[in-house]
Amino acid sequence: MDFDVIFSSIPALLEGAVLTIEITALSVLIGLAVSVPLALMRVSHNPALWMPVYGYIFYFRGTPLLVQIFLIYYGSGQFREALEAAGLWHFFREPYFCAVLTLTLNTAAYTAEILRGAIRAVPYGEVEAARACGMSRGLLYRRIILPKAFRLALPAYSNEVVFLFQATSLVSIITLLDLTGVARIIVARSFAVYEIYITAGIIYLIVTYGILYIFKKVEFRLSGHLREREGMDAAAPAAKAAAAQPVKPAIAIR
Amino acid sequence: MLWDGVQVTLLVGVCAMALALVMGLLGAWGKLSHSRTARTAADTYTTVIRGVPELILILIVYYGTPTLIQTVLESFGHDIIIDINPFLAGFITIGFIYGAFATEVFRGAFLAIDKGQIEAARAYGMSRSLAFRRILLPQVWRFALPGLGNVWMVLIKATALISVIQLPELLRNADIAARAVRLPFTFYFAASLIYLAITIVSMLALQRAEAWANRGIRRA
Repeated sequence: MDFDVIFSSIPALLEGAVLTIEITALSVLIGLAVSVPLALMRVSHNPALWMPVYGYIFYFRGTPLLVQIFLIYYGSGQFREALEAAGLWHFFREPYFCAVLTLTLNTAAYTAEILRGAIRAVPYGEVEAARACGMSRGLLYRRIILPKAFRLALPAYSNEVVFLFQATSLVSIITLLDLTGVARIIVARSFAVYEIYITAGIIYLIVTYGILYIFKKVEFRLSGHLREREGMDAAAPAAKAAAAQPVKPAIAIR
Repeated sequence: MLWDGVQVTLLVGVCAMALALVMGLLGAWGKLSHSRTARTAADTYTTVIRGVPELILILIVYYGTPTLIQTVLESFGHDIIIDINPFLAGFITIGFIYGAFATEVFRGAFLAIDKGQIEAARAYGMSRSLAFRRILLPQVWRFALPGLGNVWMVLIKATALISVIQLPELLRNADIAARAVRLPFTFYFAASLIYLAITIVSMLALQRAEAWANRGIRRA
């Protein structure tokens, strides 16, 4: 093991990690914003609303992300004239734009599916109670269904964010200098193959568990009403069980 | 040409899945074992694999292992150039990665089986291995199948990553074809539809397999 190579390449790798986190954050935020209306369309009973969303989710979950990246980055070249005419070509020429676009579309599909499951899992009694109180549909979704669904979706969503974070390593294939991209360049120059890739792997590992830690904190805060209060006897055994078993965002399979 | 790619993709997928099943059973055994060393080893395995992107792991195995072996051999005075076969590197890495996910699936499935059944088998005088073979293993599929099906579907998509180490699988062949005739969208889209078809066929097969594994179980 050549430790000098490792130490001298850490600043460059960290710079790459910043781009990795930036791309992840952008895609996660835009993807989340897009996925909420998509999930609402998906649970709708109107076929004109749920069928296209179903097709979109099925396509993006059923094909490899790398194919999607190639499809958008290289595939857009086939429609160059049309895109130039529409003034969009200079976006699709940029690997950065294509990477964020693909990752956003990908994560929006997975997130919409997670949210769909969570919306379906909202106890019917709560919906009924809200209706009995005279809430309109909009108010019902805003005050009852969506807040509950977000909380239910959080463990699965934390997995999705971790997967997306790791999936950003694929953007190095379309020449972006993210953490993996920087590592590949340093390896090509220094031939310190396993030293550099293992260092990059460790950086990914640290950030991954950092993300999981943040989600755990958020989950803890959001489940305050389920925990036993200080100095009070356990009145509700269900609440006690929930407190004894904090929901663990162990990484599961997407 | 795409058809050749499909065959390679499926072959890599099946070999990797077989390895993942073996690794998963081993990992689950480690996680549920009484031995501290086995538990630590299994925990480290799943933690590391799930925290590092697949692409980095593929690059480490494909480019890193030969260099590592060469360096070690050089220090012993041998000068050999080792080349890893991309097929081997691909399926071993993918199998190793998804073995970590299969570990969790098997662990959950073993825990889902009623403990009393093992106690009963032991009371009948079955040895540990016989009880494992006759009681645990036949039932574990029922609990593990949905999870394993999920692993398979993620795994077959992950094989697309092996195209970066030049193995002529589906995506790599689509890539070559797309460059040759300058129709990138057409070929990548065709490749994506083939992956989609594999997913759909797998889903149908999984449904049948689940029905088979659940035979003789009363439904609520």
